Amino acid sequence: MAKKALRVAYGETLAELGAENEKIVVLDADLSNATMTKYFKEKYPERFFNMGIAEANLMGVAAGLAHSGYIPFASTFAIFGAGRAYEIVRNAIGYTHANVKLALTHSGISVGEDGGSHQSIEDIALMREIPGMTIFVPCDAVQTARAVRAAAEISGPVYIRIARPAVETITGEDAVFEPGKALILRDGGESPDLCIVATGLLVREALAAAEALAAEGKRVSVVDIHTIKPFDGETVARLCAASRAVISAEEHSVFGGLGSAVAETLAEAGICAAFGRIGILDKFGQSGDPDELFDLYRLNAGAIIGKYRELAK
Amino acid sequence: MPDKTMLSAAVEARKDIIKMTAAAKSGHPGGSLSAVEILVALYYGAAKTDPSKPGWEERDRIVLSKGHAAPVLYAVLAGKGFFPRGDLLTLRKTGSYLQGHPDMHKVPGVDMSTGSLGQGASVSVGMAIAGKRAEKPYKVFAVLGDGELQEGLVWEAAMAAAHYRLDNLSFIIDNNGLQIDGRNSDVMDVGDVAEKFRAFGFYTAGVDGHNTDRILEALARDTGGKPRCIVAKTTKGKGVSFMENQAGWHGKAPSAAEAEKALAELEAYEIG
Repeated sequence: MAKKALRVAYGETLAELGAENEKIVVLDADLSNATMTKYFKEKYPERFFNMGIAEANLMGVAAGLAHSGYIPFASTFAIFGAGRAYEIVRNAIGYTHANVKLALTHSGISVGEDGGSHQSIEDIALMREIPGMTIFVPCDAVQTARAVRAAAEISGPVYIRIARPAVETITGEDAVFEPGKALILRDGGESPDLCIVATGLLVREALAAAEALAAEGKRVSVVDIHTIKPFDGETVARLCAASRAVISAEEHSVFGGLGSAVAETLAEAGICAAFGRIGILDKFGQSGDPDELFDLYRLNAGAIIGKYRELAK
Repeated sequence: MPDKTMLSAAVEARKDIIKMTAAAKSGHPGGSLSAVEILVALYYGAAKTDPSKPGWEERDRIVLSKGHAAPVLYAVLAGKGFFPRGDLLTLRKTGSYLQGHPDMHKVPGVDMSTGSLGQGASVSVGMAIAGKRAEKPYKVFAVLGDGELQEGLVWEAAMAAAHYRLDNLSFIIDNNGLQIDGRNSDVMDVGDVAEKFRAFGFYTAGVDGHNTDRILEALARDTGGKPRCIVAKTTKGKGVSFMENQAGWHGKAPSAAEAEKALAELEAYEIG
């Protein structure tokens, strides 16, 4: 299947939206060639504002534009937009419920060769804590396009976490993207052996793991959480309640992200399924080929299968 | 000679600041008293606002970037009729819309929630870009503290203001020379503020920050397409003898007895 980068889909969709809605403006911090806001810049230079290498100001200026009636998409790398500029996002955007779309790319260790300093593994946790923040973590290019369109329709702050690599597209062109609604990609039947709750680039790994386990006769459900917040705890609880084991999978720290959201849901619903988390285990990233890093950090189908075997013991 | 309305609004605002912070038993009187004439000059002179339509699209925007001076903003807004003056005494109380730092969604007339220093400057740049982009004639005014200039974000915002030639934007620096830990020059010297903003591409002017005429004059000048920065020389705690030039009154409320003494001084000033 053809591979496409999520950020290319972001840039293309943004340029389309520019034609449809004059209120959309785009801000970047000297990374428009990497975040792909360059497509919008080329078509609508008068609605594109480069803030230079100043991410804190990027977020403050975006808030000012939002409070003046515009719909700003503010882009930079996730490590800077969610990390460096965190408190400006929290106060100028979150606290004022500004209609800013944080479309932050190069999230997670799939950044690859740039290494640990640039690999954001805590951005979901940071954004989850902000009241009123919607969080989308798309798994491929098609879902990214859907998420970007949905973000433009939402009134209030939205974080879209956009990974760097070109990946195979899983989402069908006709797939529905309903914000806040978990997508059941594979139904393990009435009492599955395992339910894998995955987000972002780990969705494809979850599907691969499910297929391999199914070949052994296991019944496996796979849920794609494209919206981390608001979290569809109802669907997750319903599916997990019937499962013997539950595994969360994300390209993010196991602290504060999807794994935490699933754990909170299971605990509060009193679901006693065996539970394990696939994610980054209290470590920083490092330079390397993204696929090799996914193997090294145990963020792949093999790791999910291994975790299942542990849980099933 | 500043006009009578502004002189009297300033005295009333000072009395309200004392009453509010005394009633709240917390808050920031020093930097509120220093910014009185700046806000009076804006709301009574330079800025187009309408208390009956706080969200009016054509209004000029006023961002109190030094959000801890909320008492002066609330006093002036109440004086202009944005909300009942009687509510001022609810400052900082549970359930009050008059938060310790201004909240745009709670207080009529507040254009931006502020308090975390530097952010108001940055947001005001966004508002000014929006005004230019929408071809609206409104102006944007941001009031900053001089201690606030220690925040790097102010300078990121200043760079962008000059880059985008935001001649619809004015920064007014409440230059009282003091911050919580003491003199700016001892804590972290901000140096020649006007020179710094000039170097960043601003039109600058230095004025007596307690003279509304001088402030308005500086706000009326043509900047030649540049953003404006007015360095308003002020006295922290201005108008209350025992608070003047005392860093200790940055974030401390007057006791009942101190408030009484302060109010007596302000009454006398009004008569004199």
